[in-house]
Amino acid sequence: MTRAGLLALGFIAILIGGAFAGLAVEAARDWSGAAGAFDVGMLRVARFTLLQATLSTVLSIAPAIFVARALSRHSSFPGRGMLLRLFAVPLGLPAIVAALGLLALYGRAGFVADLASAAGAGRWPGIYGLGGVLLAHVFFNLPLATRLLLAALETVPPDQWRLASQLGMRSGAVFRLIEWPTLRAAIPGVAALVFMLCVTSFTLVLTLGGGPAATTLEVAIYQSLRFDFEPARAVALTAVQIALTVAAVFALSRLGADMTGDANLPVAGRRPRAGNRGETFLNGVMIALAAAFVLAPMAAIVASGLQADLGRLATEPAVLKAAAQSLLFALIAALLSVLLSLSLAAMRQKLETARRGGRRSIVETLSGTGASLVLVVPPIVIGAGWFVLLRNTGGVFAVAPAMVVAVNAVMAMPFATRAIRPAHDAAATRNDRLCAQLGISGVARARLIDWPELRRPLATGFAFAMALSLGDLGVIALFGSDSVQTLPYLLYSRMGSYRTQDAAGLALLLGLLCLLLMWLAERLGRETP
Amino acid sequence: MSPGLSLRLDGVGFAYGETRMAFDLSVAASEMVAIMGPSGSGKTTMLNLIAGFETPTKGRILVGDRDVTADPPSDRPVSMIFQENNLFAHMDVFSNVALGRSPALRLSAEDRAATLDALTRVGLSGKEARLPRELSGGERQRAALARALVRRRPVLLMDEPFASLGPGLRAGMAELVGNLHRETGMTILVVTHSPEDALALAPRMVFIEAGRIVADGPTEDLLGQGGPEAVRAYVGESRSR
Repeated sequence: MTRAGLLALGFIAILIGGAFAGLAVEAARDWSGAAGAFDVGMLRVARFTLLQATLSTVLSIAPAIFVARALSRHSSFPGRGMLLRLFAVPLGLPAIVAALGLLALYGRAGFVADLASAAGAGRWPGIYGLGGVLLAHVFFNLPLATRLLLAALETVPPDQWRLASQLGMRSGAVFRLIEWPTLRAAIPGVAALVFMLCVTSFTLVLTLGGGPAATTLEVAIYQSLRFDFEPARAVALTAVQIALTVAAVFALSRLGADMTGDANLPVAGRRPRAGNRGETFLNGVMIALAAAFVLAPMAAIVASGLQADLGRLATEPAVLKAAAQSLLFALIAALLSVLLSLSLAAMRQKLETARRGGRRSIVETLSGTGASLVLVVPPIVIGAGWFVLLRNTGGVFAVAPAMVVAVNAVMAMPFATRAIRPAHDAAATRNDRLCAQLGISGVARARLIDWPELRRPLATGFAFAMALSLGDLGVIALFGSDSVQTLPYLLYSRMGSYRTQDAAGLALLLGLLCLLLMWLAERLGRETP
Repeated sequence: MSPGLSLRLDGVGFAYGETRMAFDLSVAASEMVAIMGPSGSGKTTMLNLIAGFETPTKGRILVGDRDVTADPPSDRPVSMIFQENNLFAHMDVFSNVALGRSPALRLSAEDRAATLDALTRVGLSGKEARLPRELSGGERQRAALARALVRRRPVLLMDEPFASLGPGLRAGMAELVGNLHRETGMTILVVTHSPEDALALAPRMVFIEAGRIVADGPTEDLLGQGGPEAVRAYVGESRSR
């Protein structure tokens, strides 16, 4: 298994190394161009990137604190489980689909605009620009932060709640003495995670930013390659982006955040009722508002999607071709992602067992963190590097499928690893000695021991990776063309050519497909064999 | 059916982090020896060295006349029963035991007969199709014993095999192990925390402390009033708990 792990590391090294080689060659070729790209425009883009990420983080975390606290105080009410499930949905919803839902709801021609003009409130301004980007980031991260903070609150032992009510603590005292200290410990990590997700967010800014005033580094990289043909500028932007993500990841690891989020529902411990009627009412309003905020764009996706001519879309050759290519890419990417994750997990566990408490080797560290490298080097950056490298060979669009598959596979690794590694390590701890003693190895071990024990976590990782890959508009935005396109790419180009109804229909189909896969992943992961 | 072989640890050294261990031990063929000692003293490590899960830094391990120091675990004439996790959780009892005959689970009629016979001898007949989680802790350890029987290796190592069982089950298991020892003539080393188990099972006892064998002799003597200070301190301490 160590050999497979080294192969996996080699694969990731080539993918990232190739991208860096492309950037380095370009920088060396056109040094003054790259250096000259550090201008006022660049400063503005970098500032906007940080500004929107900071605002998004604050706007996601602040309400999440109160929603999580409300959910924690009311540990059982009808629909609570459904609500938590709803809050997990954005995790599996492709960004482009969510963007379309937000536009259908809050856009200049959206449902809210209709309401506003019907009510005589005048012209609805729409949501392009900073507002749209923030709205979209809060839509994704408010539920995520709520779930993570709620999970933190649920680590408080039930005895403490009982003690608090026995001592007659009022809700203010409970917040000050129990809830806030717990939350305060969790907030930095959650905030850093949200900040990271917003700094590297590409699709939402691309679709909702709506102009040069609201452009982030990643979108600027994309534009400099696809529209302006300024590779030197892309190199400079990439350097800044990597510096930014390295700093963010460093802060993140310092704050002890979990960078992959969690698809599992926290188990609610029962909590005695606290607080009076007024507070219960306020909590109810807060939960209802949060639920409406998350649910409304999804409802808008369904409503506007159903207005599209779904029958025609489902038989249109371009759609069918994009769907087939999407599924094929996603299948291969998911398979590759699972294999890479499993190989690294196996190698890490083997090396850890072998060193028995000594110093960790570099290979072991890499096999542990290799899955997360993509967080430091975002997909767009990898894509940009290879794009620049292959630009002059004429092979840019020929390698598109390989690029999409490889980058999506690596992108999904943190999530696949999360599903696979704990199960793998637990099974190895249980079985390794026994297998060594009984001489069970090679194919017999894979068939009799590992496959039956690991097929569920492998399937979970596979479904998760496939959903992510299927909905991604990252590398394909750079490498897509008329001959190689995926559903998100097709959706984006239909949006661009103002075929809004088509886009809405496609969003509905794509969203359902991804949620189906996420649902599958969650089910497979939940049931114990 | 599988007559025991003698076992010898000849200056076997091992290092685990800061801890240094050194074992010298001779066990006659078909002997049964109890091993006692405080937690972390190296009892399990000694069994792991004999079974081949750990590699000594120096010295030799001999089973009969054969030097097995460099052999992989599955090639050694040794079976080991762990404290837990002796069974693959997703496989039924029959398959778990039959793996002792064929590690790829390709079974001849003879293998099947031997497996069923072993299950009968440990009192598990009729439970072949159960999964490990559908068995009691005692039954799981019996299944592990059945696998040791079908493997027919001359040396059996048991690492606190009864630790998770209640007093009634312990006595039953000790009796079963005693019977199987008489029937098969296997050489058996059993690690235990319980003086009762040691007295009931093994005429000879070895006491390990800080990675070394510090006492070796008849079980009754070592555990009696005139036994070594280290043993009395340990037993007194564990009794008073």
